[in-house]
Amino acid sequence: MTQLFKMAFRDLRRNKRRTILSALAVSFGVALLLLMASVVEGEMRGAIENTIQLQSGHIQARPLNYDENKTSLKWEDLIADPQTVAEKISAMPQVSAATPRLFASGILSLGKDSHSARVIGIDPNSPASQIFKNGLLSGDFLTADDREGILVGKPLAEKFNLRAGDKANLLVNTADGGVDEQLFTVRGIYTTNTSGYDENTIFMPLAKAQTFTGAENHASIIFIALKDREQAEAASAALQSTTLQFVTWRKMNELIVSTEDFANAYMSVLYLIVLGITATVVTNTLVMAVFERTREIGILTAIGMKSRSVMAQFLAEGALIATFGIFIGLALGVGLVAYFNQYGFFIGNMGVTGILMEDYIYAYLTLEDAVNLTVIAYVVTLIAALYPALLAARMEPVEALRG
Amino acid sequence: MEVTKITDATRVFKIGQLETRALRGVNLSVQSGEFTALVGPSGSGKTTLLQLIGLLDQPTSGSVFINGKNATRLNRNQRADLRRGSIGFIFQFFALIPTLTAYENVEMPLLLNGVNAAERKARVSEVLESVGLADRAHHRPDQLSGGQQQRVAVARALSIRPTFVLADEPTANLDTENGKQVMDIMKRLNQETGVTFVFATHDPRVIGYAERVVTLEDGVIVKDTK
Repeated sequence: MTQLFKMAFRDLRRNKRRTILSALAVSFGVALLLLMASVVEGEMRGAIENTIQLQSGHIQARPLNYDENKTSLKWEDLIADPQTVAEKISAMPQVSAATPRLFASGILSLGKDSHSARVIGIDPNSPASQIFKNGLLSGDFLTADDREGILVGKPLAEKFNLRAGDKANLLVNTADGGVDEQLFTVRGIYTTNTSGYDENTIFMPLAKAQTFTGAENHASIIFIALKDREQAEAASAALQSTTLQFVTWRKMNELIVSTEDFANAYMSVLYLIVLGITATVVTNTLVMAVFERTREIGILTAIGMKSRSVMAQFLAEGALIATFGIFIGLALGVGLVAYFNQYGFFIGNMGVTGILMEDYIYAYLTLEDAVNLTVIAYVVTLIAALYPALLAARMEPVEALRG
Repeated sequence: MEVTKITDATRVFKIGQLETRALRGVNLSVQSGEFTALVGPSGSGKTTLLQLIGLLDQPTSGSVFINGKNATRLNRNQRADLRRGSIGFIFQFFALIPTLTAYENVEMPLLLNGVNAAERKARVSEVLESVGLADRAHHRPDQLSGGQQQRVAVARALSIRPTFVLADEPTANLDTENGKQVMDIMKRLNQETGVTFVFATHDPRVIGYAERVVTLEDGVIVKDTK
């Protein structure tokens, strides 16, 4: 075995440039796929986490006749006495936070300009609202008893040239089917780094939203955050109610889950294409080596080397190319992933309905992706070496000795 | 003792529609310890006959016996096994593996035969010493002269302690001095160790070393003198 790899190593050194180019083809393939897999992984993770934190929560308690495509404020479409319901849910051991939220359709206007947005009444003191507090760029966060303050996202503030302390008119639909409007003070400007969300979402304290819209002691949903998102199905099953339905993040984000399946299928095709190209390079290199060394193959078979040993010789060369190539590829790939994990790719507002993607995608490398890619690249390179190895093994000694 | 025997051997090569009869019913028996030359003009069938004896090729008809056993219809791997254990080869071109040192080239057949490390070391040193190349053991072929390379090939052929050694025009690519040196070594080893040599040549100086001269013409043995 040592002799086999010693000979393979020396044979590869004979044409260093060709060997290095072949190994680099494997390296670039591996590095590219590692980065792509990490970007897709990062994108999916980011999208799911972001959507859960900003929009769906891990579970939502909804009235039985809840329709997410309408923003109905009729009392029969809302949850009555939501604070009590939320407190009961909070008592469950799996739950880290449960907070009522009220949704209304609104139009923010300043002078001649107006912009429609979703108005969300939140409990500023709930841990689930912390993410908006953390994203505060200027001004102050809301307080529960604030009667005039709203939070505006950065893109909307820029559109209206609003600063903290400025005033703007907000019109909302109300529980009785009418509309109401009031001049509000922009208490603060926030960002969640998700342009599409920030541009179209205005926050105000739940109590103010309830009185402003006439919803009174009602909420649209109870937003539930769990300690472990994998507990969602179990927790949802435990939450039984005759007046409420409990919907898990997986159910609410079916689009993302199916997008993830699509992304995985897309990655498989990409693996096939990129590794197919590198395999062609490796096959080409080794076929050239077989033809160059035909007479040597003849000598070795003449002195009694068996076909399988001749084959092993070329497979060993393929294995060495794979080892060098994958090693360098992993180093290069991990470097690229580290960079894009830190700085991300700017994608801006992708405008995908139903998925809240941050403006930056941060590459995220999983050990599973790295191991899978290493194994697949190794196997593909060995398969690429199989044809030249068979070509060499099938040579008749007499023919081969003629060169 | 008969180390190899060829009976009624023919070898026909087909290239497209063209048939070439390289051997036309050859019978030859080689006894242990012989130093035999196969001579004849180019195209007379010397190399083809050596390839049949060496199990590198198979006859179209007829039989090949090695150490009394019929080896005519052995499969590829069985022929490789027999070659590995019993037959040494020296070729016209300096048939060494360029990436291996002289020592490693000589060691290769022993590795293929599964000889243990200590035994390999002893045998390689012994045969390199016997061809006068002990001090060139760790040189690569491109660091050796043509004559030295052919002596390494002789050492490699002898390292397995073969039943017989086949040499195809072993001096064809050497100058007179180096050719003589290689033939002197082969002859001395034949006398000292009793190993059988069968070599093809058309060089009259080389023929002079032979105890038996088998002459081929147009694929037929026309003369066999001892």
